[in-house]
Order: sequence, then structure tokens, then C-alpha cells
Amino acid sequence: MTELNLEVTPTLDVLDQDGERSVQLSGVWNLRGLTAEPALTQKITRLVNDNKVKHWDMQNVEVLDNAAALMLWQAWGNRLPDGLQLRPEHQRLFERWQEQVLPPLRAAKIQFWPILQKLLKDFWLQLVDVVFLLGQLFLDISYLLRHPSEIPWAEISITIYESGVRALGITALVGFLIGIVLSYLSALQLKIFGAEIYIIDILGLSIIRELGPLLAAILVAGRSGSAMTAQIGIMRVTEELDALSAMGISHSVRIILPNVAALTLIMPLISIWTDAAALIGGMFSAQNTLDISYQQFFFKLPDVVPLANVFIGIGKSAVFGLMIALIACHFGFRIKPNTESLGNETTNSVVAAITVVIMIDAVFAILFMGVGMP
Amino acid sequence: MSNDFAIQMEHIWTRFGDKVIHKDINLNLPRGEILGLVGASGCGKTTLLREIIGLQIPSEGEVFVMGQSLKKITVGHGQRLRSDCGVLFQKGALFSVLDVFDNIAFPLREVGVKDEELISRLVFMKLAMVGLSPDDAWLKPADLSGGMIKRVALARTMILEPGLLLLDEPTSGLDPISSEDFVTLLSELHRDLKFTVVMVTHDLDILRDLCTQVAVLADNQLVAFGPLASVLNCPHPFVKSFFHNRRARRVFQYQEEAHG
Repeated sequence: MTELNLEVTPTLDVLDQDGERSVQLSGVWNLRGLTAEPALTQKITRLVNDNKVKHWDMQNVEVLDNAAALMLWQAWGNRLPDGLQLRPEHQRLFERWQEQVLPPLRAAKIQFWPILQKLLKDFWLQLVDVVFLLGQLFLDISYLLRHPSEIPWAEISITIYESGVRALGITALVGFLIGIVLSYLSALQLKIFGAEIYIIDILGLSIIRELGPLLAAILVAGRSGSAMTAQIGIMRVTEELDALSAMGISHSVRIILPNVAALTLIMPLISIWTDAAALIGGMFSAQNTLDISYQQFFFKLPDVVPLANVFIGIGKSAVFGLMIALIACHFGFRIKPNTESLGNETTNSVVAAITVVIMIDAVFAILFMGVGMP
Repeated sequence: MSNDFAIQMEHIWTRFGDKVIHKDINLNLPRGEILGLVGASGCGKTTLLREIIGLQIPSEGEVFVMGQSLKKITVGHGQRLRSDCGVLFQKGALFSVLDVFDNIAFPLREVGVKDEELISRLVFMKLAMVGLSPDDAWLKPADLSGGMIKRVALARTMILEPGLLLLDEPTSGLDPISSEDFVTLLSELHRDLKFTVVMVTHDLDILRDLCTQVAVLADNQLVAFGPLASVLNCPHPFVKSFFHNRRARRVFQYQEEAHG
């Protein structure tokens, strides 16, 4: 196998004749060769500093690229040395560097106040955007109520399937496991006081009122919220959003509304489904650790958990669904057509959705403090 | 293998499932030539280019780039070869997280250049070479127009001054003036740096003004290969319809008038 052309390396010979020192350069002088042998440019700098070289002969240099010319020129102290002999075609390369004026580089300054100001302003603008989005949503709904034929049923049903039906498996699994863990840990404490029967109160209240809706919302925010954001973002990148606008089709009616409607509708259902899975997990664990039979659990549950709790759970689930979809769409439309923005906004969407879900949960907890307690 | 050829393709067959893309393609391109690869849409021009880059492996046959078989190349060797082989993708393929400066400097940093002054001098030189101002260096790819993206991508491709340049439709999406600038730019660079170019193009002006060799793909085969004048005489129906339609006649007529 023959050697590749790029494997010919730059060579440098120092000749001392009659007390005069001359340097001969030959071979291929290119960026790759010089980066592979950093000692060469250092050697040239040393030779220049010694001030003894009378002749630089570059006539045997076969190839000289711009980068190598620049490296030589820098090693010579940003000038051409005296007694330099070179090929005419190489002359031009050095002239280019002599003429170049380097523009000032970026000054990387980090200033605290402008960054904070920008953050606060961004936050405010996003808040305004979400409010606008919500307002637009109400306008769209009132328009669709007057023109029912334009309701995007197909989009809504696709979202129900994608975000609802396909989330059933994971929410059931997580709910079931949390139920087992919660029941097992509580059982250990209750056993100490001999209050085993209260496991039903603890599980029933905490899961139906609090954990079920919250778990379901967090899972859906991570699963469907991120997907919605990324999908809208990709539509921006591939100019599908522009195509819709050009056809006079409203983004809010065809993209935001179906997502919001579908999630608001299915979130309570998923939450009930998660409640059921978690209670089954809890029942299973209670039977094993505390000998409380399924039957006992089943009949006691309605007595110890007032019906109001179920409605509170369903109500806040609907609000969670609405906010998750709204936030996902908001961040989706903020995506600019580049990879960095896509990743950032998807992350932001999930983080914001989960934070908002927990904040709304806290608001519900305060508002309904006295409601539904046994 | 002989080292005088930049690219040698021997009995290339490419199949995607049952679909045959290339039927027995043989092509030898000497160093220093500018090859224009033409053909109807969907006839496998870009696939052929990807096989030369090494992004895709032909079903049968062997590709030699700069005398080296792409099959036998080890990973390290392949990377070295790649650094002597610049590729300009159709949509530029700039890294959107990096600004223009860092995009152009990327290959330099990858080969191990540490000196930041050297990097910035080279980058600004290449920027000037492709006709962009130093202020453009701090823009992100998302802020650039189509023509500017092509220029920045070309600057990035040229930063290591590769021996082989592979261009996928370099002038598609450019206005005629930018396209003309591109031709001038590439022919000046070619005069200085004497690299080999393989480009996929539909642009008759480029074929006329820039390419020293033309290869025509049709019916999954290489139906003509050689200097433009000899390709024009090829009797294949695709060559006839491509080079002898009214628009093509107009383009080549000007050439005759200009050159007597």
C-alpha cells in the first residue's frame, strides 16, 4: 500500500557553512503536518531568536497552505526574515498575512444586573404570553360554539389516544407501586400503636385527594407535555406552522385547542385510573402486612373517605390537564428553528408544567382546607 | 493502487431493499479536476457522493479515495482521511449551537490547534475569502440567510484546505449573482490550492464555467464521463434532453459566442 500524500511531513535542515548558518525547508508544510509536530515551529522561533541565520531557503517546499504560512510568519515574529528565498506562488500567501488586520475579539463580560433584569423581563413576558394564550383559547371556544362544524374532532381524538390511552400502562404501574410502598410504610407505624384499621383512612384520603391526581399529572406532564412541545417545535423547524398560517388556518384552533381540550378531558380520567391502581396496590400490601381483607378494605373505604374528596381530585385534575397543555403549547411556540432552542424549550416546558401543577395543588389545598375531611 | 487518482470507483452496485440505485458504476477521477455529477432527480447522485464520503457503503464494489480503499481504512486512518476531505452539505449543516466563528473554527480545534490567535486569523481570512464581513462572525446560524449559510459552510469546509472537496448542490437556493460569485470564488480557490472537487449540480452555468469533467448518471448507470465537449456528443436520451433543450442551448450558445 502506498503512502498517502498527506503523510509527507514538513522537514527543516540547518546548515552551517563558512560560519554562515542557513535553514532549508522542504516537504509538505500544511496545518496537519505542523500540528502533528509542534516542535518544528518552536525550533524556528529559537533559530530566529539566535539571530545567526543568514539564509532561509523555502524553494524546496512542495506544498504550503495558508495556515502553515501563518504559523511560519508568526514564528518569524510577524515579518518576513532577511535572506528569504521562496517560490513566487508562496510569496502571495505571506502577503495576505501582512495585510490582514485582525478585528477586535468578543469581550466576554458577565454582568449581574443586566442578566437579572433580562430574567425578570423574560418571566413577565412569558406570564403575559400564557394569559394571552388563555384568552385566545376562550375566544376560540366561543367561536367554535357558534360554528360547531369547525370543531377539530379528529385532532382532539388523536390527542386523547396519544396522551390518554397510551399513558394508561405507565400510570397504572407507578400508581400500583406507590400504593404498595405507602401502605407498607404506614403499616409499620400503625402496628406500633395497634391502629391497623386506620390504614384505610390514610390510603383513601391521601391517594384520592392528593397523590393520585398529582402523580398522574406529573407523569402526563413529563410524557405528553414534552411531546407536545417538541412536536410544535419540529413543526416550526419544518415550516409546517408557516404552511398552516399561509392557508389561513389558525394555530390556536388546530393545535392549541385540541391539546388543551383533550388533556382537560382525560386528566381526571387518568387520575381516577391512577387512584384505582394505587388503592389496589395499597389493598394488596395491607392484606399481606396487616391481614386486612380486600372485602373489609372495600366496604370501609366509602365510610372513611367523604365523596367530596373524589370531586376535589377530579376538579384539580382537570385544571392540571388544562395548565399542562397550555404550558406545553406556549413553550412549543417559543421554539426557534435550531437544535439548541428545541432542547431548551422542551426542558423548560416540562419543568414549568410540573412546577405549576404543584403550585396549583397547593392552592387547592388551601382553598378546600375544611372540605371533605371525615 | 495508483496515487494519481483522487477517486476511483470500481463496479459499484447499490441496492436499497429490492430497489437498485447504481448498476456497475466505474469512475476514475484524476487529481486536480473539478467533476460535475449530473442526473435526473432520484437517480442516486447524492447516494454516490455519500459513498465517496464514506457515509454509506455500496452493496458491491469498492471506492478508493486518494488511493486508499474506504473498506480497508481503520477508524483512525479514516478520520485522518476525512480531515483531508471537505464536505459541503446541501443545507450547510452548520452546528446551530455554535456561532459562525466557532463553526468555522471547529475543524481547526478538532485537529488540535490550540493557539487562539492563529485560529482567529485563519477564521477571519476564510470569512473574507467567502465574502463575509468580520461582524458576521458572531451571528448564529439561525440568523443567517440561505446564501450566507452556504458561504459559512464553504468557509468551514475550506478551513483545513483539503485535497478533496465534495459539494452537494452548492448553488441550489442561491440567487444568480451569489451563484456567479460562488463560481468565481471556487475557481480562484482552485487556482491557488489545486484541490480536487466532486460536486452534484443541476446548474448548467457551473458545468460550463467551472467543471473540467462531467459525469452523467441515468438509468442507474454512468452513461457519460469526460470533458463537457465530449459529454455533449453522447447519444443517450437523458444527455440529449438535459444538454440539448432550449435553456441548455442558450447557455452553451453564449459560451460559443464568448469564446468564438
